[in-house]
Amino acid sequence: MRMLLTSNYAAAYAVKLAKVDIVAAYPITPQTQVVEKLAEFIERGLMRARMIRVESEHSAMAACIGGSAVGARVFTATSSQGLLYMYEMLWWASGARLPIVMGVVSRAIAPPWSIWADHSDILSMRDSGWIIFFAENAQEVLDTIVQAYRIAEDEKVLLPVAVGWDAFTSSHTAEPVELPEEKEIESFLPERPRTPFVLSPSDPSSHGNLAYPEDYFKFRYAISESMKEARRVIIEVGKKYAKLTGREYGLMDKYRCEDADIILITMGSMAGDAKDAVDVMRDEGYKVGLIKLRCLRPFPKEELGDLLKRVKGVGVVERSFSMGRGGVISVETASALTELGIKDVTIISYIAGLGGKDVGMDDFVKIFLDLQDKCERGASFETIWYGMKEGM
Amino acid sequence: MGTRDLFKIVPKEEYLLPGNPSCPGCPASLGLRYVLKALDGKAILVIPACCTSIIIGPYPHSSVKVPVLNMAFAAAAAAATGISEALELRGINDVHVVVWAGDGGTSDIGLQALSGAAERGNNIIYICYDNEAYMNTGIQRSGLTPYGAWTTTTIKGKRELKKDMPMIVAMHKVPYVATASVGFPLDLYQKVKKASRYRGFKYIHLLAPCPYGWRFPADKTVEVAKLAVKTGMWPLYEIEEGRFRLTGPSSSLIDPSRRLPVIEYLKVQGRFRHLSEKDVRDIQRFVDEMWRRIEELIK
Amino acid sequence: MEGGRIIPLAKPKVGSAGVTGTWRVFRPVVDTVKCVKCGLCWLYCPEVAIEPGDDGRPRILYDYCKGCGICANECPVKAIKMVKE
Repeated sequence: MRMLLTSNYAAAYAVKLAKVDIVAAYPITPQTQVVEKLAEFIERGLMRARMIRVESEHSAMAACIGGSAVGARVFTATSSQGLLYMYEMLWWASGARLPIVMGVVSRAIAPPWSIWADHSDILSMRDSGWIIFFAENAQEVLDTIVQAYRIAEDEKVLLPVAVGWDAFTSSHTAEPVELPEEKEIESFLPERPRTPFVLSPSDPSSHGNLAYPEDYFKFRYAISESMKEARRVIIEVGKKYAKLTGREYGLMDKYRCEDADIILITMGSMAGDAKDAVDVMRDEGYKVGLIKLRCLRPFPKEELGDLLKRVKGVGVVERSFSMGRGGVISVETASALTELGIKDVTIISYIAGLGGKDVGMDDFVKIFLDLQDKCERGASFETIWYGMKEGM
Repeated sequence: MGTRDLFKIVPKEEYLLPGNPSCPGCPASLGLRYVLKALDGKAILVIPACCTSIIIGPYPHSSVKVPVLNMAFAAAAAAATGISEALELRGINDVHVVVWAGDGGTSDIGLQALSGAAERGNNIIYICYDNEAYMNTGIQRSGLTPYGAWTTTTIKGKRELKKDMPMIVAMHKVPYVATASVGFPLDLYQKVKKASRYRGFKYIHLLAPCPYGWRFPADKTVEVAKLAVKTGMWPLYEIEEGRFRLTGPSSSLIDPSRRLPVIEYLKVQGRFRHLSEKDVRDIQRFVDEMWRRIEELIK
Repeated sequence: MEGGRIIPLAKPKVGSAGVTGTWRVFRPVVDTVKCVKCGLCWLYCPEVAIEPGDDGRPRILYDYCKGCGICANECPVKAIKMVKE
């Protein structure tokens, strides 16, 4: 069935399809419609779930952890300040190995107040042990959330999954979305298995007791090992989902990269504008391509390396910056290439779109041309704050 | 009354295991023992950061025969809410979800989540065992540290008054609120049992005198817990569906002449050693005022 | 992977902190003649280290008793003495 849905509503439909048991959430712009739609589903009896109208985001994640610890399938969604407020609990969720799924409507962080698209919030999760996806549009939001439960609940993974999408440019933009049938999803996503544990008086266990260093170290190692398994599971699940719906997903999307000399990497809704720019450049005779990152954790190092090993230059266009170091994705990409022994590639980091600053097709064209120029001059690694006087 | 009579009131079955990391004479240990007995071990405990986080045993051992979810400091009531909703959804209604939290995790950092759960009426038994300071981190002052008490962060004695947590919770219009003391375990046992028969948010505020933080010898824990009640400093009461009722030895203490003077309670604790005569008079006055308010509530 | 290996789940065990009886400075000794079998020592022991014996008199689990002395303090007939180890 095809519907016209915003990414926010698409998320709600995905949660309904996944037959989630508990939704615990606190309102924050621009996530509110996700939860409002879910409240409507539940109150109209279309979804057999409980909604916990918690009094803070920290409590939202705590309630998710509680529900998940006794075997329920749970969901929450938040943005920006809310995500940061629940930060402590994010680490608790992954350390507890609970298959929680969360929507993050990526929004800039205050002060000053900003409600617009910026990836600093979701990227602050990158060390936490969560699997992190970012969606370009409403269809991807729906498909990724449904797959997220399957990935999280896999007994080799057992890690929580965050699915991000852009504030307003995705969250409030209506697009055509293909909804899978309930029956199809039932076979794809059966009832949640009783892993990793279900607290119950019939088998009393105490979760999270003090652990001495030897044991703590082993728990962290186990998470790392599961992250490795997750790469394989994500791809497998993507293939299974393709059989069901015809839409296949992996760790990233590549657009016209096969013979590209220069490739841009980006994430989120601006990938759409970037693809248009690729087409414009190609029409002008430039051999360019685009990589749209879908999975940030586990980081698709090898896949990126495969695509970038023969290019002259790569530009990372991102709505994020690690203060005192550099663009988050840029630095990770540069490091990945070094780790793989890939040399002589110009890497330019374009910091763009923080605080929701628009990055359109024309901007991507300018960036492609700038990158081309930098390659010809044999640049190594540079950071450019796109739109600032000293930058571009 | 002999042991056989005691066993008619309280079962022999134990859910707390000996040889756990609690300090000798620990009131939290004593309190938890009776809470679990009252629930026949059919409970899932949610324990935020507090002394019990340690008493519960180091991995891979647990010192209780019930499932426990350890939880971050601020989040106990919220995690418990998630558990209770999930159990209800699955039709499991013979397991009690119990928050067992200290005074810090209840009245300070945990207050927001507690208030939210109380307002929503989530089906939880919330028990605050109040040792009147952040004991697990080394006796720092909390919102429930009483007036005049020494702590490591109120060296000259706390000047602020103790928050009235049970009344704060009662103002959320929950079905059951009670105070208790580890000096009266049978009263505690009966209150937990009564709470467990209500649906909704139930709250029990349990006085837990800590020998090490309050500076008294470990063999006096129960004695101090009894003195708190006998001097009227700690009234034992229940608020059931809005109706206030004194319980146990407190029922006869409306008459001020039947209350021991507060000095009897204060003088056995090193944390009050520095109090001036004026301080003691003030404290006596606070207690007398509190009992006049109680009298109003009973009328 | 087996659940226990990857998640911090602990199982109930007596003596989770070891043989805590070694913490004692004083040990409680019950005078079985004075004891009136009231059960209050059993009631008030925070360690669950006193068991009701078959004859109604307290049996102290010396492996775990930490010697706090509450039993001695609360005994109505002073039948328990705290004796230096």
